[in-house]
Amino acid sequence: MTEPSSAPTRAFPPITQTAVASLAFVIAGGIYLAAYLPHQAPLVLPTGLIAIGAVLLLAAVAMVTQLGDFAWDRFFQVSGWALVAYLVIAGMIEFVLVIDQTRGALLALLTLTLAIFALDIPIVLGFSVARHQEVASSPTT
Amino acid sequence: MADAIRETRHSSASATVAGSASPARVTVVPIVGLPIVAAALTFMVAAIVGNWLWALDFIHVAGGGLWTGIDLFVGLVIGPIIGRMSVPARVEFSARFMPKMVLIMPTLVVLTLASGLQLARELGDLAVPYPQHWWLVASFVVVGVMAVIALGLLEPANLAVLFELKKPKPNGLLIAKLMRRFIYTAGITGAMQIATLVIMSRIATW
Repeated sequence: MTEPSSAPTRAFPPITQTAVASLAFVIAGGIYLAAYLPHQAPLVLPTGLIAIGAVLLLAAVAMVTQLGDFAWDRFFQVSGWALVAYLVIAGMIEFVLVIDQTRGALLALLTLTLAIFALDIPIVLGFSVARHQEVASSPTT
Repeated sequence: MADAIRETRHSSASATVAGSASPARVTVVPIVGLPIVAAALTFMVAAIVGNWLWALDFIHVAGGGLWTGIDLFVGLVIGPIIGRMSVPARVEFSARFMPKMVLIMPTLVVLTLASGLQLARELGDLAVPYPQHWWLVASFVVVGVMAVIALGLLEPANLAVLFELKKPKPNGLLIAKLMRRFIYTAGITGAMQIATLVIMSRIATW
């Protein structure tokens, strides 16, 4: 076919799937909360959804840390800049929430949602790029 | 199968183009666009803080129109065209097209969603009772699904293609595979944008 791939062909744990599932859970929680606006939603269900999202995020992070030989420089390069970008976006949304007088448990829950959102995406982006990069120190790839 | 045959047929050309793709010239994020993004986001924050209805309306309508239009155009018009291109042509196209999308789409999404929520709040649309409120809930669900697809599948594929193009010998097959994912997901979000158009038209004519 084409030139031999410079990308390592190895099996990876389901990091993308786990991080995207985390994203889906927190977005579902956010939709539930938004559906009740301008009134406050019951917080039990969204708290559960966001908690599942947080657990899945931690699982994705744990899987990333276990990777061993990996294009870490590229991962941190992409994840770092993505983190900056999505922290700015999350910060702006948080700012709007505060401006709109969101307070108390609802604000705490939405802040946690934004934090998970801002951490999930850099992991997905960084891993998606780095998995196709050559590992300089690995003679087997 | 047809794809495999087509890609085999273009394999030698792929290596040639891959070699001439000038990896050093492939830009992941067009720096020149960052001030425009910053200006647009600053304008949006000012509009929200100042509750400028005209500006919120402008940002939401213009941003949403562009977001919807680009999604539909890429998913339903550009996508199928790219799908029929040779691998070298896809590589050439991606190297010029994808960096723009890295900046344009997230910016449009943030502008549209933030201004839309604030606009709905200011105009009292959020306070409408059920069953009308279901239209709002439907819009949240559509946007949520699109966000997961865009952030979890489309954007990672986009970035992975760009970084592959920066290699001295880009893998044409990997790029084709990632581009297919980009095109399919753009098609799905494009179709969902039709639902958005219906919902927003309904909400705007209450």
